Amino acid sequence: MIIAESASARVPRLLSLVPWLVNRQGVDIEQAARELGVSVAQLQADLDLLFMCGYGTMTDELIDVSTEGGKIFIRNAETIARPLRLSRAEALTLMVGLRALAGADGVTDAPVVERALAKLEAAAASLMGEGGKVEAVLDDASTADTRAVVADALKARRRLHLRYHVPARDESTERDVDPMRLVAIEGHWYLEGWCHRASDTRLFRLDRITAIEILDADGTPPADARTRDLSAGTFVASADHPVITLDLSAGWEWVAEYYPVESVDMPHEDGPATRRVTLRAGETGWVRRLALRSGGGVRVVAPPELAQEVSTAAGRALAAYRQTPTALVGTGEGAAANEERAR
Amino acid sequence: MSAPNSAAAKTERLMNLVMTLLYTRRPLPKARIREIVEQYRLAPNTEAFERMFERDKDDLRELGIPLVTEDITAAWEDEPGYRIHERDYALPDLHFEPDELAVLGLAARAWSHATLAAPAATALRKLRAGGVEPDGDAFIGVEPLVATREPAFAPLLDALLSLTPVCFDYARPGHDAPAPRRVHPWGLATASGRWYLTGHDLDRDAPRVFRLSRIAGPVRTVGPAGSYAVPPHHDPAAMVGRRRAVDTAYVALVRVRPGTGHALRSRSDIVDDAPDWTTLRLPYADRSATASELASYADDVLVDAPADLRAAVVAVLTGAADGATGEGTA
Repeated sequence: MIIAESASARVPRLLSLVPWLVNRQGVDIEQAARELGVSVAQLQADLDLLFMCGYGTMTDELIDVSTEGGKIFIRNAETIARPLRLSRAEALTLMVGLRALAGADGVTDAPVVERALAKLEAAAASLMGEGGKVEAVLDDASTADTRAVVADALKARRRLHLRYHVPARDESTERDVDPMRLVAIEGHWYLEGWCHRASDTRLFRLDRITAIEILDADGTPPADARTRDLSAGTFVASADHPVITLDLSAGWEWVAEYYPVESVDMPHEDGPATRRVTLRAGETGWVRRLALRSGGGVRVVAPPELAQEVSTAAGRALAAYRQTPTALVGTGEGAAANEERAR
Repeated sequence: MSAPNSAAAKTERLMNLVMTLLYTRRPLPKARIREIVEQYRLAPNTEAFERMFERDKDDLRELGIPLVTEDITAAWEDEPGYRIHERDYALPDLHFEPDELAVLGLAARAWSHATLAAPAATALRKLRAGGVEPDGDAFIGVEPLVATREPAFAPLLDALLSLTPVCFDYARPGHDAPAPRRVHPWGLATASGRWYLTGHDLDRDAPRVFRLSRIAGPVRTVGPAGSYAVPPHHDPAAMVGRRRAVDTAYVALVRVRPGTGHALRSRSDIVDDAPDWTTLRLPYADRSATASELASYADDVLVDAPADLRAAVVAVLTGAADGATGEGTA
């Protein structure tokens, strides 16, 4: 069942549909639906409704729509053949989007973005007026060069070779990847593609690609490779992954917001912790590193093996520091380093 | 005609009203409009028609359609007439090149997972109405996405565009219960993919930044539209702190085991590359943040100098060793 769409959502679409169609008489209905971003059924319903609209009730006052042979012809629609001015929200979406793209060197051509933005700003100047500002930022720590190489490989359908750094495991790996898309989400650019090393689709954060080159090999991914639905974000937690319980002390509550936790509670025991959170993770290297980094601010409660892993690693490092007293290690270098502090 | 009182019937009625008022060469009185628009003619009585017409006028204005009231001379005496001037209705002639239309398409698509997906799509359709087609393969596989998963985004956007004061409950980390905040919204900006509101906090009488994901419950308006001004040259992204300066005032000497410390290697110079250790010269700015980061590598990365950074790393590791078992194994 199609949920009844409100008039205030549908009227703007119909008013923008008519000028588009008037200038493309005879367009194929399926192609039109695709380019307009609606389903064929929705487009057909819109056309049926337009057929009943006019500036009077006589036949020659009504819009005439024909879809014979799957081609759309629209006549007698001169009164609404020009598009309505942009609304504030409409102008805003495009301007915010363009300004974000202006910072995405390597993906878009800055002069083209600026030309489009200048025309749009001129047309919408009177609209934006005194209101507040909205700014979406797409530039991250990745480089324009990396983005450009990925975009080129996508266009040419060529395989990429990457050296990729995985901070959670502190490892650097070499991979061949058939690129599927270059996507910016949650403040980072990612390459999604078929990874021949994993024999699966993978997301690679561009700022963690330390070397990249286009190979001669064809880069068409396997037919069954599917891009992931990113509408809920990049982090995938699986119900198969073990539950990890962490206690957070003051100053470390951000962990509960930063990672997709399953529950947040107050800890029952007395102690410094102000929050107890649970989350699921298949790969626990990042949890160990987080606990080490926090200096006790993030404490692993469960599983016990992971808690043990943290204390063992910290104990090993402390032992290493005891074995190399400061006085014995390259005092000359140390002095040189400290001299540089004055720079 | 669509079933009366359905959303489709109302859509049809508004479309007919728009076309009628655009077509007319002179302002039309209500009575004449009632004759022309079929759904009005079918209204059971004048009162019902007038209620419907008043609502429809508001709805059209809400959609940005410039419906105006003008005096009608003579024939209908005092009665006002209604019309829509095409010069005010129509998008000015804009000519976009195919490459410009392609980037506009990318800009609109960025909102495809966001609350503004529909206006973005409508805007693009309007700009492409002229019949020029965009460069087809300019951005194959490129998807910059602006996500707005925070429920507070839409009401705050409305508020800051109309300069309307708002109130919302805001949770601060380390504080248990969210507390109400009254704010004049100035801007919305992303940092690391999250949305932040900038504005003037009325209770603290100072500019503040709010993270949208920490806003609990509804955003309520607490004053009329247009009741304050945004400071000229306000730059929300700068205020949110996008452009954090990377300062590298100090240099540390650290030893890194083979195959580890990749993130450190990429921003250091190699001083010595021995089989069991690589010695790096690592620039850094913030001692405690750097100590935390270095401690996360445990015994794969050891600090040789300076002594204060080394002591700070030992302190973090001691805390981690204690914290992990609750017994103090260090």
